[in-house]
Amino acid sequence: MNTKKTLFDKVWDSHVVQHIENGPDVLFIDRHMVHEVTSPVAFLGIKNRGIKVLHPEKTFATADHNTPTINQHLPVEDPLSANQLRMLEENSNEFGISYWGLGHEKNGIVHVVGPEYGITQPGATIVCGDSHTSTHGAFGAIAFGIGTSEVEMVLATQCIMQTKPKSMRINVEGSLNKGVTPKDVALYIISQLTTSGATGYFVEYAGQVFRDMTMEGRMTVCNLSIEMGARGGMIAPDEKTFEYVKGREFTPTGEAWDKAMAYWKSLPTEEGAEFDKEITFNAADIEPMITYGTNPGMGIGITHGIPQAEAVEGGVATYKKSLQYMNFSEGDSMMGKPIDFVFLGSCTNGRIEDFRLFTSLVKGRQKAPNVTAWLVPGSHRVEKAIKDEGLLSILNEAGFELREPGCSACLAMNDDKVPAGKYAVSTSNRNFEGRQGPGSRTLLASPLVAAAAAVTGKVTDPRDLMELETA
Amino acid sequence: MAYDKFNILKSSAVPLPIENVDTDQIIPARFLKATERKGFGDNLFRDWRYNSDGTEKKDFVLNNPTYSGRILVGGKNFGSGSSREHAAWAVYDYGFRCVVSSFFADIFRNNCLNIGVLPVQVSAEFLDKIFKAIEADPKASFEVSLPEQTITIESTGESESFDINAYKKANMLNGFDDIDYLLNIQDEIKEFAADRPL
Ligand code: SF4
Repeated sequence: MNTKKTLFDKVWDSHVVQHIENGPDVLFIDRHMVHEVTSPVAFLGIKNRGIKVLHPEKTFATADHNTPTINQHLPVEDPLSANQLRMLEENSNEFGISYWGLGHEKNGIVHVVGPEYGITQPGATIVCGDSHTSTHGAFGAIAFGIGTSEVEMVLATQCIMQTKPKSMRINVEGSLNKGVTPKDVALYIISQLTTSGATGYFVEYAGQVFRDMTMEGRMTVCNLSIEMGARGGMIAPDEKTFEYVKGREFTPTGEAWDKAMAYWKSLPTEEGAEFDKEITFNAADIEPMITYGTNPGMGIGITHGIPQAEAVEGGVATYKKSLQYMNFSEGDSMMGKPIDFVFLGSCTNGRIEDFRLFTSLVKGRQKAPNVTAWLVPGSHRVEKAIKDEGLLSILNEAGFELREPGCSACLAMNDDKVPAGKYAVSTSNRNFEGRQGPGSRTLLASPLVAAAAAVTGKVTDPRDLMELETA
Repeated sequence: MAYDKFNILKSSAVPLPIENVDTDQIIPARFLKATERKGFGDNLFRDWRYNSDGTEKKDFVLNNPTYSGRILVGGKNFGSGSSREHAAWAVYDYGFRCVVSSFFADIFRNNCLNIGVLPVQVSAEFLDKIFKAIEADPKASFEVSLPEQTITIESTGESESFDINAYKKANMLNGFDDIDYLLNIQDEIKEFAADRPL
């Protein structure tokens, strides 16, 4: 038997409290993040049972899904949203959980603030009632989204019951072409695997592309793991990881740091360890990507045409329904399609690096008059960096404004809704029907593609604009 | 909160032969603002079911009185997308106790099991047979037996077995939930927690 262990095995196995014969494992959870939407019923559940939160120090609450992205200093207008926010605050206070509400300097999207404050650590198990919890896998943690019943389990017992997923390694070798970002790498992989291609698996990303990638980029890739059906994705911790984690508020110090480092360094997958499935891609094949349909697997290189129904896997009727919703036709080129909205933000691309990329392309240009642009930082810390680094003045000069942090148009629970029939180039993670507002049409893309669309008013290859710069 | 027991369900079924039905279709995000688990059935498939002015879309299956029953039959990759348990609550609250598909997204499947909705995964061929049976007779009856782990098309007697792990099966048969189990092994959890560095 192969005794070589994978990164995933090491972290998982060391968190199993009990293995149930023919059943799931009882998995201990190190870090639990909660937000206002998926937690109220869970808190209600433990109240009804008459029990307390077992480890309040391991749970962290932030308000993000429902929050407005302008005038955050004013009371929230929508009564239902205001009620959910109040419940989160009350529940956090009642059970002794740290709570970063609206206006708090640490407030932001749950998957952006976790890493920023060192809550996210290598080798940890991290859960949250939000499927993009997979983001934290960038640090070599096992991180995944859970349902509200499971949120209740974690509050009550710091454990959940999970059947161990199968393992998959996705290698991307070589170096990325100019204009190709981590978002494109992820959209490319999903387009190859489809949205269900990794269902039942936990993914490890390996290869030169991920070694070369910044922590921000790794987070973008791991974030999108769920969009290929995977439970989560992870990347082996290395010097970059340790450098990022060091010195943050919840990061261990002194002796505890040394101990943690010894554990973290022992985590990477051993040479010769086996995966249930292994796939390798070549970085040179990846172009800036854009989606044309209503799931994240419906993506193509920006210079390609929309595939013919017969050429795609799955039901032809479902495919045609999707194109009909988007009002696109088979064979259409995406380039030059007019767009109405641009959304830069979300836990996928709402970090400082994303704003740097976006700004680099709009610098010295002007926002197209037909475009409404929502630039939403992932957290106050990102917002502050945008200002401190001087990006804000460049953005302002180019006709853009910055909004306040939150999930915003990623899921359109607040007022940031794309109107029916309108097209939005979005750096978020889902292009489902109505995701960004009833009837909205979403084109998922990188911050560079979003920037190119924002200044030209249509789908544009960012490399064309970059070429002008270097010419 | 313990939930309804599930044993044998005999019912007609509602067909939704669409692939990749995501949780944003099952329940759009704007309906997730409740702080109690109530009333989500009204907004099940909201944007497929109603026009923006609130009138019913006549051609959507839930608005067609020909179809009814406690079994929802969906196309491949049912429940992809977000972790919102609200999607499973909406399915349950509307009155479904069983969802059949040839493939389920992970989190949705887990969420269903956690609230007492049985996800039944069948082969693509059998799914097709189910759709055909409903097409032939909208009132066609199906038997879902959890003890036997089978689903049967009653008119033809054709049957297929499905997987469920023994632990979850016992839970559903008895209406227990995971928290009951976890609370019972609290001492073991506390001992384990004492050794954790974080
Ligand atoms: S930004 Fe979008 S995906 Fe990320 S946590 Fe918020 S709603 Fe979820």
